[in-house]
Amino acid sequence: MAHLQVNIGNLSLKNPVLTASGTFGYGIEFADFIDLNRLGGFIVKGTTLQPREGNDYPRMAETAQGMLNCVGLQNKGAAYFCEHIYPLIKDYDTCPIVNVSGHSPEDYAACAAMIDALPAIPAIELNISCPNVKDGGMAFGVTCEGAASVVRAVRKAYSKTLIVKLSPNVTDIAAIASAVEAEGADAVSLINTLMGMSIDIERRCSRLSIGTGGLSGPAVKPVAVRMVHQVARAVRIPVIGLGGIMNAADAIEFLMAGATAIEIGTANFIDPTVTVKVIDGINEWLDRHGVADVHDIIGCV
Amino acid sequence: MNKTVRDLHVAAAELLRDDYVLLRLIDPTSTPMPPVAPGQFVEVLVSQSATTFLRRPISVNDFLADRGELHLLVHAVGDGTRALLNLKAGDSLNCIFPLGHGFTMPEADAAPSHYLLVGGGVGTAPLLYYGRCLKERGHQVTFLLGGRSRRDILQTESFEALGRVCVTTEDATMGEKGFVTNHSVLKQEHFDAVAACGPKPMMQAVARYAAAVGTPCEVSLENLMACGLGACLCCVEKDVHGHNLCVCKEGPVFNIEQLQWLISK
Repeated sequence: MAHLQVNIGNLSLKNPVLTASGTFGYGIEFADFIDLNRLGGFIVKGTTLQPREGNDYPRMAETAQGMLNCVGLQNKGAAYFCEHIYPLIKDYDTCPIVNVSGHSPEDYAACAAMIDALPAIPAIELNISCPNVKDGGMAFGVTCEGAASVVRAVRKAYSKTLIVKLSPNVTDIAAIASAVEAEGADAVSLINTLMGMSIDIERRCSRLSIGTGGLSGPAVKPVAVRMVHQVARAVRIPVIGLGGIMNAADAIEFLMAGATAIEIGTANFIDPTVTVKVIDGINEWLDRHGVADVHDIIGCV
Repeated sequence: MNKTVRDLHVAAAELLRDDYVLLRLIDPTSTPMPPVAPGQFVEVLVSQSATTFLRRPISVNDFLADRGELHLLVHAVGDGTRALLNLKAGDSLNCIFPLGHGFTMPEADAAPSHYLLVGGGVGTAPLLYYGRCLKERGHQVTFLLGGRSRRDILQTESFEALGRVCVTTEDATMGEKGFVTNHSVLKQEHFDAVAACGPKPMMQAVARYAAAVGTPCEVSLENLMACGLGACLCCVEKDVHGHNLCVCKEGPVFNIEQLQWLISK
C-alpha cells in the first residue's frame, strides 16, 4: 500500500482523487454505488449567492469521446445549500468542497463568506471559468485582471483553502495561474470545459439551447495534460488536474504532468464507481513500480 | 430503494422487427435484483459502438421478480441503440438500475379502477409492466397503442393477456385510422386514470384529452440525459412555476399538472 496522502494548501487529502463540480451532484447521488468516505474529497455542484434556473433545454450533446453541456449553473443558491444540503454531507469522513460562482467580485465574496461559516467544508473551488453563463463566470477567467479581481475579493472574505478553477479558453493559462497565485490562491484546478459547438444538420441548428457549450470527456484530455504541465512549472502553489480522466492511467498522466491531485468529472456519468477504481488503480500502479509515495511521481515528466 | 450497477447477462435477444430487440436480462451470479417499479428505467453501457460515449436510458418493458428477469425493449434510432441490436444470448450488458420515479401505483386496498394506458412507438414499452402491475392489483386496464402502420404495433399478444387492446394506425392497416386521440374508445368508455408514453406531440394530445374529461394523467418523458442519477442536470423540463424538474430523478413520469404543457396550449 503506497502512501497516497497529499496536501492542497492547509487541506490534507487521504488520496489525490476528487470529483469535478457539476458531475457528482452533492455526492449523495452516488452513495448507493460507492463509499464516499474513500474519496480524497468531492466538489459539489456550482453554488451561487442567489438561486439560478440555468439555461433552457437542450443542455447536452454527445460528441466524439465526450460531451458538450450548457447547464448554466442551475442551483438553489447558497442559503439553500447551507440549510438543506450541508447537513446531509457534513459527516462524511472526506473533504466536501463547494464550487462557488458569481457575477461580480462582491457576489463571489458574499457566497464564499457564507460557505466559510460551515465547519465541515474545508475548502472552496472558485469557478471563474464557466463558459455557459453570460454574467460573470468565464468572463473573469479569461483575463489576468478579471481573475485577480475575483480572487482578491474572495481572499478577504474567505479564511480556508481557496482553489481557483481555470478556463482553458485563453491564450496563456500560465499567466492567469500566476495572477491568481499573486492574489493569495492556495491552489489552482484546471481545466474547466473547452468551449465548443455541435450542429444538427437535419434541423440546421445548434444541438444546444444557447448555441455553444463546454466540451468534456476524453476528447479534451491531451489539452488538459499539456496545460497542467505548463501551469505546474509557472506557479509554486499546488495544481489540481482534470479533463477527461476515465481511469487510473489517465490520472497518473496528470500526476506526472505536475498535478498534486486530480478531479474525475464526466467519467462519473459512464461509471458511477469510477472514482474508487481510480484510487485502487493508482495504488496498484505505485506498488507494481515499487514507488512508496505518490509524491515521487508528481511532476516527474 | 438502492440503485445498483451490474453486469447482467442476456438470456435471450429477440428481434421483434428489424430495428426492435427485446432483451431478457438475468444476473449471472443469481444475486437478487433490487425492486423495480413500473416506469423506471435502466442506463445501459454500449460497448460495441465507437461513436457512442454516454450510456443509453432504456425503460423497463417488464420485470419478473420471481424469475430475476429484467426485460428491455430497444428501438434502434442511432449508433448506440443500433449496437444493442447485435446483442446475443450469453452477452454481457452493464446496467445501472433501477432509476427514476415511475408511474403511480394505487394503494393495495384501493377500489378497482379502470386505467387507460396510451403508447406510441417504443413508448409502449413501459406500459406492459405497468399494466401487469395494475392487473395484479385487481384493476382493469385498456391499452391504446398508436403507430403509422401495422408494423409499428408491437407485443400485441403480451398486451392482450393483460387487458383490452385498442389500436390506431395512420394508414388504417390495423385498428382504427388516425391518431390515438381519434380512437372511439375515448368517447365510449370512462377511465379513472390515464398514463401515456411516446412522442411528445402524442403525449400532449393525450394530456389535453385527459384534462378535458377531468381524468388524472401521467406522462413519461424521454429528454436527452447524460448521467441518469440527477447529477448533471442536463435532462430538465419546466414545471408550472417555471422551475426545472430533473427528468431522470424526479421523473421520467410526471403528472401533467406538474408540467407547463396544458398552460402553453
